Amino acid sequence: MSRRKTERLLSLVVCLLSAGKYLTASQIRDAVPGYPESFDAFKRMFERDKDELRELGIPLETGVSAATDAEPGYRIPRQAYGLPEIRLEPDEAAVLGLAARVWRRAELAGAAAGALLKLRAAGIDAEETTQPGIEPRLQTGEAAFGPLWEAVRDRRPVSFSHRAAGRSASQQRRLEPWGVVNRHGRWYVAGLDTDRGETRVFRLSRIDGPVTFSGPAGTITVPPGTDVRTLVREWDNEPQARTAVLQVRQGGGYGLRRGASAVRADPQRPGWDLVEVPFSDVGWHSEHLASFGADAVVIEPADLRDAVMGRLKGVLA
Amino acid sequence: MTSTEPKQRPAAPPRVAPATDRLQRLLALVPYVVSRKVVGLADTAAAFGISERELVDDLNMLWCVELRSPDPYCPIDLSYEGGEIVVSEAESFDRPLRLGVDEASALLVALRMLAELPSLEERSALYRTIAKLEAAAGSAGEVSAQVAVQLDDRGTRTAAAQARDAIERGRRLHLSYYVPDRDEATERDVDPMRLLVVEGRTYLEGWCLRAEAVRLFRLDRVLDLAVLDEPASVPAQAEPRDVDQGLFRPSADDVEVELELSAAGRWVAEYYPCERVTDLGDGRLQVRLRTPDTRLVRRLALRLGEDGRVISPADLAAEIREDAAAALAQYA
Repeated sequence: MSRRKTERLLSLVVCLLSAGKYLTASQIRDAVPGYPESFDAFKRMFERDKDELRELGIPLETGVSAATDAEPGYRIPRQAYGLPEIRLEPDEAAVLGLAARVWRRAELAGAAAGALLKLRAAGIDAEETTQPGIEPRLQTGEAAFGPLWEAVRDRRPVSFSHRAAGRSASQQRRLEPWGVVNRHGRWYVAGLDTDRGETRVFRLSRIDGPVTFSGPAGTITVPPGTDVRTLVREWDNEPQARTAVLQVRQGGGYGLRRGASAVRADPQRPGWDLVEVPFSDVGWHSEHLASFGADAVVIEPADLRDAVMGRLKGVLA
Repeated sequence: MTSTEPKQRPAAPPRVAPATDRLQRLLALVPYVVSRKVVGLADTAAAFGISERELVDDLNMLWCVELRSPDPYCPIDLSYEGGEIVVSEAESFDRPLRLGVDEASALLVALRMLAELPSLEERSALYRTIAKLEAAAGSAGEVSAQVAVQLDDRGTRTAAAQARDAIERGRRLHLSYYVPDRDEATERDVDPMRLLVVEGRTYLEGWCLRAEAVRLFRLDRVLDLAVLDEPASVPAQAEPRDVDQGLFRPSADDVEVELELSAAGRWVAEYYPCERVTDLGDGRLQVRLRTPDTRLVRRLALRLGEDGRVISPADLAAEIREDAAAALAQYA
């Protein structure tokens, strides 16, 4: 922004804040230095200035001070402009400083820094300092995060191409997004899949290509009582309803023993243990078991045993 | 998942529109001074991350604001003589602008994430701050309820609290640590430096006396942890890693591995830090990754079965076939 423009916008904000009433466009032109003489050129520049102020979040209102006013005017109500009084104790300011670091280098880093700037301007001594011994971060490496956050914020429907796990082709999806959730380090979006008419959860890293807005802002209604955390958690968690019995070599298979419901020495095979492990999905669990190679053998169930053998044969194919 | 350190993608730069940056700063500057009555030039410049010269230019610009109508007047009066800023007149301009939705959400989401941290003792301060910020943000804070962060703290709460205690008291730790790449439990003494919470997981960063190097330990892989009586002595050369540059640090000793993946094996490119990813069509990928220990790749290849194939190095590919044959022999 040029210096002159910064000066003009600053004067405009101060003018509209201090007027305490609606000012017409010509009153504004007379009061604020820097606008061109020609009324048309002024109007064009003033329109752009209004947009910039609104983009900064400045509440610029249009209306009339009295019913007799012929021309509508503009004002910035102090009540709506100003951050309400907020006071923080030193320990509260410290956690605020830690919170402002969380987004560092991620999507909302600029927003967090902007918020901290305003809170300091309100008299809070919050530094972006670290608590001794702890450094928390949120990452937003997925390109889809930015547009999906905007869609959730502005209540807009979106469409995107999504490749489901293990699928060779992507599918186009249309979604009314209700929220974005980071679960165990990965971002998900939950909402209404409008083609299927059902609630769906998508992992952001599996969205390939751009996310486009497929409708105007404010057109989505999040159903009352929707808890996006729960939607994503339930989507991620399958009940572990089945139990596998494995032979695991003694001194090996730590990764299996850790999740085991029972471990005992195998009476029929010295040097080996019988390990019982809960599982749900044969596909995923067979991959996990195969990774232990010759240290683990599936005794039962048969479908899991076959799946592990299939994996291993696949290596040799 | 076998395992590896989390993958870090290039982080997006902070998104502050430079065009409005200065105006935002000017709007914050007056309330910053007013709320503190009097502040030094140097302190203020530091707080805003600008030079004193830039600050003086900002102050001059504010002081020069002149409205011409109905009568000419200067709404802002201030001075910075002797290096101290005082604002004597700032009509209707002495409060900062309210928080925007992005701003309120960024802080509220981060504070709620911190409140989930297993090791943070500042929980009461967090809840108080969240309540005050929600009140101050008003409707701008409402959307933040639609963004949530759930950390993976399964089985790590005790270890995190013990590690934090050891860090604060400067004590050495003994860890029994599971290394999934090798399916091994290892024993080691570690002088703890700090806890990192990255990609939803908590890590202990410390000087590992066995490796004689800074190491990261994922807390959910700590089988057992004991705080020792010995004081920790982290050597001067122990560099904490720059979290924002990624946790994974390739080393010159790493082995370079080329893998071909089917559509069902594509997840490898999401989970492992791959140096090069080539799309082969039909959902297939060719990736190159570096590993300090080829046992990780051997286990990964068994897991992938026909969905992934090691192309190079050739001797690693041969080892993997032997691993698979030995495992299958158990079923004979």
